[in-house]
Amino acid sequence: MRELLEVAWKRRIAPAKKEANVDFKNGKELLALCAENNKTISQVMLEREMFLGDVSENEIADRMRTALGIMKDSVHTPLQKPVKSMGGLIGGEGRKVLEFQSAGNSGLAGNIGNNGNIGNPENLGSTEGAGNARNFGGNLCGPVLTKAMAYALSVLEVNASMGLIVAAPTAGSSGVVPGSLIAVAEEFDQDEKIVIDALINASAVGYILTRNASVSGAEAGCQAEVGAASAMAASALVEIFGGSPEASLSAASMALSNLLGLVCDPIAGLVEAPCQSRNAIGVANAFTAAQMALAGIYHQIPFDEMCQAMYEVGTSLPFELRETALGGNAATPTACKMCRKCK
Amino acid sequence: MNYISIFDIIGPNMIGPSSSHTAGAASMALMARNLFKKEPVKVTFTLYGSFAKTYSGHGTDKALLGGIMGFATDDIRIRDAFEIADQRGLKYEFVIDDKTHTNHPNTADMLLEAEDGTVGFVRGESVGGGKIKIVRINNIDVEFTGEYSTLIVKQTDKPGVVAHITKCLSDNDVNIAFMRLFREEKGQNAYTVIESDQHIPESIEEKIMEHEYVHSTKVVQV
Repeated sequence: MRELLEVAWKRRIAPAKKEANVDFKNGKELLALCAENNKTISQVMLEREMFLGDVSENEIADRMRTALGIMKDSVHTPLQKPVKSMGGLIGGEGRKVLEFQSAGNSGLAGNIGNNGNIGNPENLGSTEGAGNARNFGGNLCGPVLTKAMAYALSVLEVNASMGLIVAAPTAGSSGVVPGSLIAVAEEFDQDEKIVIDALINASAVGYILTRNASVSGAEAGCQAEVGAASAMAASALVEIFGGSPEASLSAASMALSNLLGLVCDPIAGLVEAPCQSRNAIGVANAFTAAQMALAGIYHQIPFDEMCQAMYEVGTSLPFELRETALGGNAATPTACKMCRKCK
Repeated sequence: MNYISIFDIIGPNMIGPSSSHTAGAASMALMARNLFKKEPVKVTFTLYGSFAKTYSGHGTDKALLGGIMGFATDDIRIRDAFEIADQRGLKYEFVIDDKTHTNHPNTADMLLEAEDGTVGFVRGESVGGGKIKIVRINNIDVEFTGEYSTLIVKQTDKPGVVAHITKCLSDNDVNIAFMRLFREEKGQNAYTVIESDQHIPESIEEKIMEHEYVHSTKVVQV
């Protein structure tokens, strides 16, 4: 049983098509295309897809609308109906975050405590309990980030209970992008078109990372999964808030840099913990990187160099810290006990 | 697919929790079903490597069984694959082999049996991100991914068969992206695997079957 013959003809691209310059290999070329045509990252990525995939803008939008529908279900459903994960390590965290928030103070000025006087407007602005931080814990991160964090946790619950999710870029990091973008869209009243464009922006960053580095935890650790998802979300958030393509990629670069070296160490080898909470940190990291970039604080290292750095760090991580469940969280005595239990 | 698409990054839409251990498992089993061409009444899976160690927590078993029943990676019925198989009267068995070394850590064998006694064997590898490779059909080592429209022809290893196949393709204006030939032994069974970027018309199978040394054909569209 041996291979007799192997012939591979590379697909011949029609010469007329080859002339059109809509494809890009890295962040530098992406920014050049944006500058040349005064376009956003999502517009450039959209045109690339239309050309390479020979599909219309409407077909792409329809397909993305389907993905967004799945994302919306996966951020919302566990808040109504929490489900236990298959391995039993997670379940109900998204709802807990939002319940704690609404049980405490949900506004900016008041001091409604988590001890029963929920939503009583008379208490807003009163001085009673002022200075008592105990009543504010549920909203420590502020309304938008709190919601985004809860949403990201929820997606991982859906994923870990064999529900339907959209990998973005992977299943283990599938909470960061929808959590960030859907929470922001809801809180800032952004329409569907803006979210679809933001997802396309995110896909441009994910594409460059996939092409020039890796988005696989087994290859380059969690920094390549949640790190990549966080970079994608940061870039997309910048575009939603009107930042430039340069600001988007700088936010992506900073998001990657902040999670550089993050290892993949799933307890019991399952996509549950610490994956779920890492998705929440991916959201927070995307928010800070985006807000800094929008304020004009750019990361010192260009995105393409950061991709390379992430990849080099990732591939130099020991085997034990790349999804094998032999190091980090997974190798602790407590995790090893859990491992026996959930099998 | 010869480029990284928006939907390779924002996607696949899939039943969790793992693209390699769940989505990839469903894909390879769905491919095995398509290659088998008949309705299986019994299926035996053998799980190797990482599949053998962590299949339960990743729902690899449900995904494999779901794929054999024709469920795609985003089909929520995967979650209830055992119950649905029982309802349909499909017998299934999982053999856990964590000793045998395979080329890829995420490997599964699928042995399908039809009512009339036909038996088919497919070995698949889940190579990451939900992508798969089929590496064995029956006794013959092959290699294809299912990312392209694929034509698989089972034939006798004789001169002129490949020329006949490629002529049928060119008559239908199908451009070949990749073509590979695999065989058991000289003059024995062989497989031609052709991948194309475009749709391969199913009508082509009839034409290809006209050749005396062609035993069976199968077109799997993207």
